[in-house]
Formats: sequence, C-alpha cells, structure tokens
Amino acid sequence: MTRGRGITLALGGLVMGLFLASLLIGPAGLGLRDSLRALVTGQGEAVVLIMREIRLPRAVLGLLVGAVLGLSGAALQGFLRNPLAEPGLIGVSSTAALGAVLALQTGLAAAFALALPLAALAGAGVSVLLILALAGPRGGALALILAGIAISALAGAGTSLVLNLSANPFAVTEIVYWMMGSLADRSMLHVWLGAPFMLAGMALLLTLGRGLDALTLGEDAAQAMGVRLTRLRWVLILGTALAVGASVAVAGAVGFVGLVVPHVLRPLVGAMPSRLLPASALGGAAMVLAADVAVRLIAPEQDLKLGVLTALVGAPFFLHLIWRMRKVEA
Amino acid sequence: MWGFVPRSDRLTKAAALALRAAAAALVLCAPVQADTPARVVSINLCTDQLAMLLAAPGQLVSVTHLARDPLSSSMVAEASVYTINRGQAEQVFLLDPDLVLAGTYTSLATVDLLRGLGVSVLQVPPVTSLAEVARQVRLVGQALGQDEAAEAMAVAFEAEVAALQVTGPQATAAFYFASGYTTGKGTLADEVLALTGFSNAGAAAGVTGGGLLPLERLVLADPQVIVTATPYPGATRSEEILSHPALKAIGAETGARTDADWVCGTPHILRAIRRMAHLRATLAAAP
Repeated sequence: MTRGRGITLALGGLVMGLFLASLLIGPAGLGLRDSLRALVTGQGEAVVLIMREIRLPRAVLGLLVGAVLGLSGAALQGFLRNPLAEPGLIGVSSTAALGAVLALQTGLAAAFALALPLAALAGAGVSVLLILALAGPRGGALALILAGIAISALAGAGTSLVLNLSANPFAVTEIVYWMMGSLADRSMLHVWLGAPFMLAGMALLLTLGRGLDALTLGEDAAQAMGVRLTRLRWVLILGTALAVGASVAVAGAVGFVGLVVPHVLRPLVGAMPSRLLPASALGGAAMVLAADVAVRLIAPEQDLKLGVLTALVGAPFFLHLIWRMRKVEA
Repeated sequence: MWGFVPRSDRLTKAAALALRAAAAALVLCAPVQADTPARVVSINLCTDQLAMLLAAPGQLVSVTHLARDPLSSSMVAEASVYTINRGQAEQVFLLDPDLVLAGTYTSLATVDLLRGLGVSVLQVPPVTSLAEVARQVRLVGQALGQDEAAEAMAVAFEAEVAALQVTGPQATAAFYFASGYTTGKGTLADEVLALTGFSNAGAAAGVTGGGLLPLERLVLADPQVIVTATPYPGATRSEEILSHPALKAIGAETGARTDADWVCGTPHILRAIRRMAHLRATLAAAP
C-alpha cells in the first residue's frame, strides 16, 4: 500500500513538473520569472495574453486529454480483460473524430457550440457499443482487434470523405490533425467546451475500480460478490464516450496513450484495476504533456502532431505485446 | 492564395531572368510573326486575368475555372463569356490554340506535353513586386500582339502606384491567415504594405516569402493592424486561429481582408492598394 502511494506521489510530481514545463516552453521564448509573474498577477500585457490565453489552455488540455486516454485505456483493458484494448486501437477515437468533423462541416458546431463535443461523444458512444457487440462480452483478443481495425478504417474513411468534399480548401489538410491530434493554438474556449465532459467521464470511469477488481476473478465470481455487470457495462460505455469523445473534439485522436500507460504502470502498482485506474490517469497526463512539450522543442515553428510522437513510442510497444501474447498462446 | 506561395530569393531572381529572356525572345520574334495569335488559351488564374485585360475581342478562347471563382478571381463577370478549361493538356489541345499562357511553377507536365504537340506556350512567372506587375502586363501584351494597349496599361499602372504612395510614419501591420500563415519579405503583399504606409510585422519577425508565424510571436509583435482572409464556408481548425481570443485581445484593427485582388500580380492589385491606403488614413485620423 505504501509502495502504491509512493508511486502515486511520484506520478503526481511528474505531472506537475510537466505541466509547468508546458507553461514555460513555447516559440515566444519568454523569461521564466516574467512568464510566471504574468500568469499569476496578470502584469505585462503581451506576456499575460501568451500565458493565460495561449499556453494555459494548452497545458490544461494536455493534462485532461492525457488523463482521459490513460484512464479509459485502463478501464477498457480491465473490463474486456484484454491487454490490447485502447480507445485509439479499437476505433473509439476515430469514430469520435468522424462525429466532430460532421458537426463542423454541417455547420452545426457554428450554430451551437456544444454540438462539437456532443457529436464526438455520440461517435465515441456508437463505436464502444459496436466494439462490445462485435467482440463479445469476453472480448477475445483477435475479435477485438479485428473489430477495432474495421471500425477505425470505416470512421477514418468517413472523416477523409467529409473533409475531401468540403467546400473549404483547408479542410483536406486537416485529415492529419483529426487522425494524429494536436494541442496547438487551442483557447480557453476549448477548455470550457471539453473539460466538463472529460471530467464527468473520468468521474464515471473512476467509480468502476471495485467492480473491475471483482471482475478479475471472472464474471460469475463478480456477480456472486454483488457486482451488477449490466450496470458496470453501461457506466463504462457512457464514461468512455464522454471522456474520449470530448477529448477528441478538442484535441483530435491521439493514439496509444491508453495502451502504453496501463502496461508500464501495471508492474508498479499491481494488477488491481482500482489502483491502476487513478495511476493510469496520472500516467496518461504525464505522457501527453511530455509529448506536447516535445513537439514544441522538436519543431517550434511547425505544428508537429502529438500522435506522431505517441505512435513512435506506442507502436513498437504494441508489437512487443503481440509478440509476448503469441508466446503465451503458443 | 497563389500570391503568397513561399519562394526563395534565388527562385525569384531566376524567374526574373527567365522573364527577361522570354521578353527578349518575343521581341526578336515579333517582326517574323507579323500576325498575332488568333486563338489564345490561358491555363493559369493570373494569366487568365492578364489575357482578359489585354486580348482583342475574340482573340482569347478559354480561361480556367478559377477565373469564375469569386474567392480567387477579380474578373468573375468578365470570365463568364469564355470557355472554361481545367488546365489539362488534352482539353487545351482540342481547343486548337496558337498560344497557351501558363504559370511557371504550375502544370509543368501539361506545358511539356503541349510543347511536345507543337503548341507554343508562354510561361509567366508569379509576381513578387509592383514593378513586375507592369513588366508582366507588357510581356503578355507583346505575346498577344497588343503592344500598344499593354504599354498604355503599364504606364497608367505605374503612374497610379506612384500617386498612391503614402508618406509619413509607418503603422505596424501583419498578415495572418489559416494555420498561422503570414506573408513576409520579398512578396507583392509586403510591397503593398510598404507603399501604403505600413511596416510588415511578419517580415520584422524574420519571415521571408510566406511562412508560419506562431500565434505567441504575433502577440509579442503587437501589430496595429492584422490583415486576414475571408473565411471559407465549413469551419476548419486551420481557420479557427483567426478567431483566437488572444488575437482579439491585442486590440489590433482586424477588419482588413485580403481577397481575390491580392492573389495575382495584375493591375487589379491597385484596388487592394487603395483599400490599404484608405485604412492607413483612417488609422491616422484616430488618436
């Protein structure tokens, strides 16, 4: 238990450090003291604007999006008892992106600001339902991944189609954004738009800890312990849709965070979902904040997409997992 | 948009040389080809407009579909009487042209193909300065055999540019487009700013040609005027940056919009110059 608490503290410290780094690093190259003073006291016009209107929303969104992705990855893995479940790989993120793109291109989002997160949320919800239906309640690894590939491909094609047919010449270039994700030039508006849904979704997912703990012993045992599986399932669907949907609506689809983070943390905090869920939220936040600082250091004048870095780390990891599973199955 | 395509100084110099060579070649050829081309086809938005301005009635056969796009073309109404082409070699060849007008950097494959088929093609480079506008009017005028009309137009253009020169202290301005794209040194747009009494904050931030200017650095530069583009329908994330709260909060005048008049280096750039000069005058009137 003390070890678990130590790890939580360490993760919390890491997230705080990276959050601060995200506030202090940017193309404007501001001084450390100037920027912190401007952020806290509101003195120094241009610097205040940069700190409060450009960097603060970026850092807050990095924190939230990362937490959402880490947490939903851990929750999906716990529920499906499958280490390959992750919102990006099983198509939840790309369906959410399709929903968001539809809301933007039909003009719904312009007429009614909440249409953007709501449409993304609906997209995410549909794909979680589809995945659970296609992969079955036990979620066999192969069925899950294949269903995820099919849903991702379909949603990705839909997104590309909508953006290609758009009357707006800039729309086509945004296919990459919706598939890779980015936090560049977000504003507080996006924080207000996405944060309530992300926080609500995370709150729902965090309640699943005990139920998922029981589920590690098998469905019958869990039911015998008083876990209502149907309710657990619906809370998972709703929580994932809220959290991932809203995060994609404001930041695009950032992949692999939900895969890598629970796997790195599982040996440290133990396999119990009740401990893994909060730790994965912190770990996810750290990973996305670190990636977002890295994209600004690697290419400060360009908008290098977040998903490029998370995939560079995550995809080899994914291959490693498949390799390990192959040995287990053989 | 084409007016803001990034290009290096070296390319510009090469383009200027090519222009001169082409002009010389045309002058040499002129006496031999006593007859002017009877059927001219243009496959580039900017040559479309120069040709429409300069061609004799019936001489110009076809312009591109872009000439009818109000977001790109200053001559939508004029373009409605011409056959539309999409710049593909097959379509252009079937129009049986004596002369094809094309851009230097676009449709290179088409140009090669047409030349291979024995069609004479004049490639016109993109314009990066006001002086080049007059030069290009003369160049296209010569190619069309309308030397006198072209000379008159070029002289009138030069006189009007000189008359529109705004003197006195400069106000700061920045171009800011989708995805944080700006137009810096060595561009036609930059010269329009300088002519109308503005210093270009994008150029001051070190952008040459076209390039990205991070929002943070635009806020630090704190320009008095931000010139943006009219957003397209269908909201995109790229254009969202133009309504970012930080951009509004710096208190710059953001009413100015670039439009079709800024796209090409034709005498229509004068309309853009007049609007910027007017904006500069209203700024000066304010305290």
